[in-house]
Amino acid sequence: MNPEDRHYAQSHEWVKIDGDIGTIGITDHAQKELGEIVYLELPDVGHVFNADEEFGTVESVKAVSELFSPISGEVVEINKGAVTEPGIVNDDPFGDGWLIRLKLSTDEEVNKLMTAEQYAEYVRSEEK
Amino acid sequence: MKFLPTSDAERQAMLQAIGAARVEDLFASIPREVLGPAKLGPPMSEIEIRRFLGDMARRSANARDTAFFVGAGLYHHYVSAIADQMLYRAEWLTSYTPYQPEVSQGTLQSIFEFQTHIALLTGLDVANASLYEGASALVEALLMAERLARGRNRAVLSAGIHPEYRETVRTYFANLDLEVVEVPLAEDGVTDRSALAAAVDDKTFAVAMQSPNFYGLVEDWKTASSVAGPRGAHAIAVIAEAASLALLAPPGEGGADIACGEAQSLGVPMQNGGPLLGFLACRTAHQRQLPGRLVGETHDAEGRRAFCLTLSTREQHIRREKATSNICTNQGLMALASNIHMSLLGKKGLREVATQSHAKAEYLKRRIAAVPGYRIPHVGPTFNEFVVEAPVPAAALLSRLAVRGILAGVPLSRWESGAERRFLTAATEMNTREEMDSLAAALAETA
Amino acid sequence: MSVEIEPKTDAAALGDRLHPEPRHEPLVFERSGKGKVGYSLPPLDVPDALAIPENLRRADVEGETEITEVEVARHFTRLSRLNFSIDEGLYPLGSCTMKHNPRTNEELARLPGFAASHPLAPEEVSQGTLELAWRLEQALKELTGLARVTLQPSAGAQGELAGILMVRAALAKTGDPRRVVLIPDSAHGTNPASAHFAGYKVQELKSNVRGTLDLDVLEKAMTGDVAALMLTVPNTLGIFEDRIRDIAAIVHAKGGFLYCDGANFNSFVGVAKPGLMGIDVMHMNLHKTFSTPHGGGGPGSGPVAVTERLVPFLPRPTVERRPDGAFTLDFDRPESIGRLRTFLGNYGMFVRALAYISAYGDRIGEVARGAVLNANYIRARLTGVYHLKYDAPTLHEVVFSDKKQGEHGVHAIDIAKRLMDFGFHPPTVYFPLIVPGALMIEPTETEGKPGLDAFVAAMRAIARESEEDPEIVLKAPHATPVRRVDEVAAARQLVLRWRPKE
Repeated sequence: MNPEDRHYAQSHEWVKIDGDIGTIGITDHAQKELGEIVYLELPDVGHVFNADEEFGTVESVKAVSELFSPISGEVVEINKGAVTEPGIVNDDPFGDGWLIRLKLSTDEEVNKLMTAEQYAEYVRSEEK
Repeated sequence: MKFLPTSDAERQAMLQAIGAARVEDLFASIPREVLGPAKLGPPMSEIEIRRFLGDMARRSANARDTAFFVGAGLYHHYVSAIADQMLYRAEWLTSYTPYQPEVSQGTLQSIFEFQTHIALLTGLDVANASLYEGASALVEALLMAERLARGRNRAVLSAGIHPEYRETVRTYFANLDLEVVEVPLAEDGVTDRSALAAAVDDKTFAVAMQSPNFYGLVEDWKTASSVAGPRGAHAIAVIAEAASLALLAPPGEGGADIACGEAQSLGVPMQNGGPLLGFLACRTAHQRQLPGRLVGETHDAEGRRAFCLTLSTREQHIRREKATSNICTNQGLMALASNIHMSLLGKKGLREVATQSHAKAEYLKRRIAAVPGYRIPHVGPTFNEFVVEAPVPAAALLSRLAVRGILAGVPLSRWESGAERRFLTAATEMNTREEMDSLAAALAETA
Repeated sequence: MSVEIEPKTDAAALGDRLHPEPRHEPLVFERSGKGKVGYSLPPLDVPDALAIPENLRRADVEGETEITEVEVARHFTRLSRLNFSIDEGLYPLGSCTMKHNPRTNEELARLPGFAASHPLAPEEVSQGTLELAWRLEQALKELTGLARVTLQPSAGAQGELAGILMVRAALAKTGDPRRVVLIPDSAHGTNPASAHFAGYKVQELKSNVRGTLDLDVLEKAMTGDVAALMLTVPNTLGIFEDRIRDIAAIVHAKGGFLYCDGANFNSFVGVAKPGLMGIDVMHMNLHKTFSTPHGGGGPGSGPVAVTERLVPFLPRPTVERRPDGAFTLDFDRPESIGRLRTFLGNYGMFVRALAYISAYGDRIGEVARGAVLNANYIRARLTGVYHLKYDAPTLHEVVFSDKKQGEHGVHAIDIAKRLMDFGFHPPTVYFPLIVPGALMIEPTETEGKPGLDAFVAAMRAIARESEEDPEIVLKAPHATPVRRVDEVAAARQLVLRWRPKE
């Protein structure tokens, strides 16, 4: 299930806030929709993104999907382990399969995102 | 009609199952006003078709019945009977793109082998499953370089690149926000390194040159790579006569990042200019930006080696307008023919074809140079093709010779002004000394 | 009256339908042996000159093969047997038009006057080859009802680009640069990709509930900034846009062009004419409608037919017949978009296509009638067994989906793999994108009723298995040279070539 300690975007990314650092990944629902992930294209450390800006792509054998940053900030770390073994995004999307860490530009944007419960409802409505 | 296997009784049964009275009823969704039969004459039998097309075939000169020295990007090389006969096998001829690997391992493995041959010949790491032909392969190579150097907008091309390749690039690039700069050759017919360097700026994503160049002269790949590398641009090697790859320093050794061009010489008949066999090779670091189909090695559910199409997320059927290219098909059958040909000739044969072609061209060059009034304007080394300057307009001269059964070459006036007396002539392992002597003798008569 | 195929659960029992057992063939490089030779050349009859400086030469191509003709014959024969082909059985790959390839055409294309001719030979000795290209253009003009045809594009996708570039040139000439090309969501992926490479922004149009273009949506989207609408006719669902003339009127009223993706021309060739529909420009695929062989994925050939207004912009050169009857190439076309490739196009395919058109002559409409009859027969026999998202009348193909089978965890890909066990090539799956879990079936006109019945029986058997024994479907194929191939592993760990051992 979707962990409650984070915020969710309609484009199926999550962000978890620890102080001024936000960790971003894709949801379990997103990884299931994509199927087995074979490649991740992630930005370099130091890159600055605005909220809703594309920060990379995730590819399965048959699909490719853009990744959008739910919040604004500067990339301070990328998950190299996920780049080398993209399968961990399938196996553990909310844990070891995280994608990037940002130093937040502002702490107000998270309020516009969904809670775990709202996101679950959103996914249900999308499937109809 | 022998291609339509349904009998009248079967048709009736099918219509009944569908619930339609007549086949025409199935076309009810097409508005009446757009219906219109085609007037194409009575159907022809197989014998009549042979006569009809056979007559046209007879009214064109072919390389088997003439003394043949025409090249300019399309060459008459040896193709073993088996390379063509194998193509008749239904499993090769009447199958399609190997989308379903479990029933396409033959095609997939053959492409994998083709990719390997091209990588070995170009001295680069990987190659794709083939492209249409040389000119559009150059376009794809340039677009690939542009993706690798995002934000840059200038491509620098040596004027030694085949004029039809350059024209193709202009067509493709006309509406993209990319600039194509063509750098004229030096007096001696090869790429002018300092002019090339002057044309390259920090916005340049690619520097492309051809060897042997369009005038047959062998160039040094380092001319492009030494200019491109320091400015962060990608060096593209263009090859229009792939038989040369077994003798000349390969692009990979000369610092090229991408090699592209035409592999028709490696097992594909001329066929009046198509279908041909474009190729594209690059270094491992750039393989994800390769356009077109790619075959990769993997395994099946029981762990045995198997092959499949891979990285298809780069392609148009998934990425649509964001795809690396709009190309869908490759040149499957031609890539197969070429794989068979390269495998047969192998290490020794590919080399021998190249050295024989070169030696024959050197002989022909000396013979023509000795004909009064004729001149070889370039002094640099050539592979199997060179420019001849005649004492008379070349186009008319070549037409006169052609009618006599000697296809001596191609007039440069086709592509450039101010070269009315010049023509390109090529020799391959298919030419005999006798043919070359007859060409020299014929030229002597016309001088 | 229908042939029912027993659902076989035992791979060995199915084995002889396709291949007796899984077979593997080493790579040609692995068959290589030092000192073997597979070719022969005459001794050099001129002095052995080598006039290339050493720094511009290479050593031997390390890793290249050393192998005899005998071994090459075996290798490629064995490899071939790992392929499924039309000559073996129904190959209903939707949108790809896998029809019988007449063998006379193969023979004709290999006549020396075609196969050993060179497009740069003087015209005086090239009259036959030029005439053939000219005649093919005349035939395609007659079939499309359009003004001229270029044969140059190497394949359908290049034809699309040529067509859109001509539109662009025509608009530029009138000082009316536009920025957008409209494309329905059911289109082939090549359409948006081609429009993009022609410098246009792509705007996708949502199909209506019938699966066709929504005229209200079009009307709204069709602004003065739209250069063209790219429409596949009939669309990828096999549905003919019955309001095609209204569509053309909407596009023309705003000064735009109607581009037709003619990939599905085989469904109405000889029956209806694009020129009468208001279509301005259309590419055709010689390997689809006109039976040139698909050859394991090419070569294609993608001629483009245009209205009078676009003629000045055709790629160079065109083939012309002079008043004295002689044929000539016309390079002097100042408004031409230029060239899309070297030489004249995939000439060998022109030979085959003209031979094919000649075989039918005035009766070429039978191609379309046969294709449409067959597709509708399959549709009738499988409706109810497989879900049909769009139920409008269809022509040459029918798109079912895996919706019913999905309830049992069986998806389009599984159905596709299981069909192989029954001796059929699978249909196109997961396309068009507007049908989730699509199974796109195109039998073509060259399949007889027994073959169609056997296919229907297999599809029904798989539907039954999906309910009763989904495992057998999920683990399929069982009777192919290799079991299900791991495409994920291929993409994660890229191995794109063989490497010589160090």
